[in-house]
Amino acid sequence: MSMQAVSDRGAGLFGRLSDTLWRRPGLLIFLLILPPAAWLGIIYLGSLFALLAQSFFSIDEFTGIIQYEFTLKTYAELFRPSNFDIILRTVVMAAAVTVGAAAVGFPVAYFAARYARGKWKAIFYLGVMMPLWSSYLVKVYSWKLILAKEGILNWMFETLHLGWFLNAYLAIPVIGGNSLSVSATGTFLVFLYVWLPFMILPIQAALERVPHSMLEASGDLGARPAQTFRHVLFPLALPGVIAGSIFTFSLTLGDYIIPQIVGSSRRFIGQAVYAYQGTAGNIPLAAAFAVVPILLMAVYLWIAKRQGAFDAL
Amino acid sequence: MTSAIRFSGVSRHYGDVRAVDNVDLDIAEGEFFAMLGPSGSGKTTSLRLIAGFERPTAGEIRIFGQVAQGIPPYRRNVNTVFQDYALFPHLNVRDNVAYGLMVAGQPKAQRHGAADGALEMVALTGYGDRKPSELSGGQRQRVALARALVNEPKALLLDEPLGALDLKLREQMQEELKSLQRSLGITFIFVTHDQGEALSMADRVAVFNEGRIVQIGAPETIYFRPETPFVADFVGSSNVLPPEFVAQLTGRKAHGALRPEAVHLSEQGHSATVRSVSFLGAATRIGIRIGDVPMTMLLPKSDTFPKVGDTVTVNWAAEDLHVMDRA
Repeated sequence: MSMQAVSDRGAGLFGRLSDTLWRRPGLLIFLLILPPAAWLGIIYLGSLFALLAQSFFSIDEFTGIIQYEFTLKTYAELFRPSNFDIILRTVVMAAAVTVGAAAVGFPVAYFAARYARGKWKAIFYLGVMMPLWSSYLVKVYSWKLILAKEGILNWMFETLHLGWFLNAYLAIPVIGGNSLSVSATGTFLVFLYVWLPFMILPIQAALERVPHSMLEASGDLGARPAQTFRHVLFPLALPGVIAGSIFTFSLTLGDYIIPQIVGSSRRFIGQAVYAYQGTAGNIPLAAAFAVVPILLMAVYLWIAKRQGAFDAL
Repeated sequence: MTSAIRFSGVSRHYGDVRAVDNVDLDIAEGEFFAMLGPSGSGKTTSLRLIAGFERPTAGEIRIFGQVAQGIPPYRRNVNTVFQDYALFPHLNVRDNVAYGLMVAGQPKAQRHGAADGALEMVALTGYGDRKPSELSGGQRQRVALARALVNEPKALLLDEPLGALDLKLREQMQEELKSLQRSLGITFIFVTHDQGEALSMADRVAVFNEGRIVQIGAPETIYFRPETPFVADFVGSSNVLPPEFVAQLTGRKAHGALRPEAVHLSEQGHSATVRSVSFLGAATRIGIRIGDVPMTMLLPKSDTFPKVGDTVTVNWAAEDLHVMDRA
């Protein structure tokens, strides 16, 4: 009788299971987190550590056999001019893509966060996300067609009688080339296009959280729009920019397909890793190359944190 | 008396919505002016028109004699205390307060000195190094005040600045704002939906309804001599009596306003039925009905109160019934 005063519903097996989990919320969280934690711990981190371990081995130069002894010799090889060039080229490209994506993405994200409402917001999301739905390879190849000497961009320049301008640009060493599709500029453009959504969405999310009154307050206190951007809007959006830049920077650092299809024959880190682990069979050097982006990202985030980029979070 | 803010036929329409509709207004320099009204009545939009966040669709606004048309917010020497305070979360309290001076190009030492001075004025000395997120609501409110005042504006605009504070803090801040305004001598324009706040703080009150100003006057006038049933009801929660009933009593067929505290139990007068009794602490509110006219009365502390369903006799002094000639 006294039980019925509290609860008159009988409990089946599932009912009792629910009751147990309700009484012990810790158990529920543990059960929910176990599968993804196991996946992350064993498969993802495990293989990452296997990779790290490989980078401390070396390869016998005559036999090509991996010597399973701890050495920093492989890392020293990264500093050979030919290898170091690859790292430098990749880092500069990743930085350029990140800055470019931030510059292009910020206004788009600002518009979406501040002005787009209802239907327009849906169109914005569709516009930003749609490129992510189609095959990555198809997109890169279609860019090759756009950038090729017989491509639409070249045709446009010719039609506008600006062919001389494009040719003068392509004549610039390092960033130029025979045509856009075999130049570093072409690689940059494709990277920019492919990773742009990853920059826009976090910035948009960050801007979405900036109350409009904060911008009004800045103006009210005498700040011109440019000052408001510099002192209020940008610092508050910075966590979003950093989040986006983590994507654009690390994705560029690791990619090996885009520079393969569009760009000059000069290699990037991803291509080096691909070549060393494949045909060359030099797993330790491939592993050492693969560690570089990880270290670079760690340093980048550490600096960002020290600069107070996450203070507004 | 020079004019600080003057509205001449100012309207702000959003499509069919008339947020502010043909408003005329003249706020004197050094005045503590309250804009009072329910939400959506146009009071906040009027304030934003002064600050420059909104542009009028018609009419002219003058700020200290200067036509405000085409002058962006950052060139207007008025400052705003926002309803949500709008403190910059990435800056500490001192840099928040010094923000206006920083964008004006003042050197760091000077602006930090001025900011510390302003913080002292709002009794927050020593809080300069904290982040806004580490402060209580009342402290944030003071920071917002200091941040606006450090720029020495000619008029300070306050948008429901006390709305987010609890009752005790609100009463304390009312006192402080009032004495601050008196000592600084600058024009305060204060938006609120709380009639008690408007009446206790302001020199003059403008009552807004549906985009228009219904009545402007001293708090006593607004309270005791409301011109329309809306003002009577909104400002004083007065009993608004229907014209027929007022005609029986006075012979004038117009709405009447009768303050709940003016109604009292009496030996002779009107017979009424008690419909509700609510104990409020200092007084007890009693809902009654005279014939089919509902009314509330406020009884001070007493030994016996009527109960729901009782029939009582109530009365009031003839001069307490205020007849409103405007509809």
